[in-house]
Amino acid sequence: MVNYETSLDRTFAALTDPTRRAILVRLEREAAATVSELAQPFAIKLPAVMKHLDVLDEAGLISRSKAGRTVTVRLRPEPMREAMDWLQRYERFWSGSFDRLKALAEAQEKAAQAAEARKDGDE
Amino acid sequence: MTSLTLVRQIAARPSIVFDALTTPEGIRCWWGPDGGPVLIAETEPRAGGRFRVRFRMLDESEHESSGEYLEFDPPRRLAMSWRWAGDEDKGGESRIEIDLRAVAAGTELTFTHAMLHDEETRLSHTDGWAGALDKLQRHFEALKGTAHV
Repeated sequence: MVNYETSLDRTFAALTDPTRRAILVRLEREAAATVSELAQPFAIKLPAVMKHLDVLDEAGLISRSKAGRTVTVRLRPEPMREAMDWLQRYERFWSGSFDRLKALAEAQEKAAQAAEARKDGDE
Repeated sequence: MTSLTLVRQIAARPSIVFDALTTPEGIRCWWGPDGGPVLIAETEPRAGGRFRVRFRMLDESEHESSGEYLEFDPPRRLAMSWRWAGDEDKGGESRIEIDLRAVAAGTELTFTHAMLHDEETRLSHTDGWAGALDKLQRHFEALKGTAHV
């Protein structure tokens, strides 16, 4: 099994919620939106939307900038994309390698046990 | 820190697994993503020693990685630095740790490949994100069935 740790855990945790996914999809389409624009389609109160934005921010998926009383939210997927590429590349490499390592070591273990059994038989 | 962890149960004693991991004869049998041939396998089996492995993939491309054994503690633990020749993935240096634990069925191998901190900083400044969210969501959907999200 593969464990994606630390920052990726936060990313995936952030993505488990349908409201947060909807916010990200909208930000991908529109590049930037204010908090109240983001809150509008949802049947939840502004503070609840703010909490979702906190989770997305901590996961590194959005950035927020404030001008006067308006907070503008933007998508920020670069670190995740790069991390994902890196992980996928190495997961492929090492999973394939370890399948063969396992087969090799298990064949050698059988051979070693057979040799030990022969030796015991000789004594 | 971004890292990949794999855990494997292997029905062989730790000393056999350790040798398979660190000897040129062992490495020739398993190294690489797709079963293409290993062309060069060189190791200096000691802390501070170096390793170099070159392999050909089934698509005919050749790749080489090398590094230094940072810890070499047979048959329990191995840590090494890792770098592609020519920095082919622009990833710089990363770090690998392998722990072998004797269990009733043989060996439990715990493997971690970690991106180093300066790499992550550099990558986080890379521009461009087309398709990133699609990919994240696909990956998330794929993972959702398997485990612990």
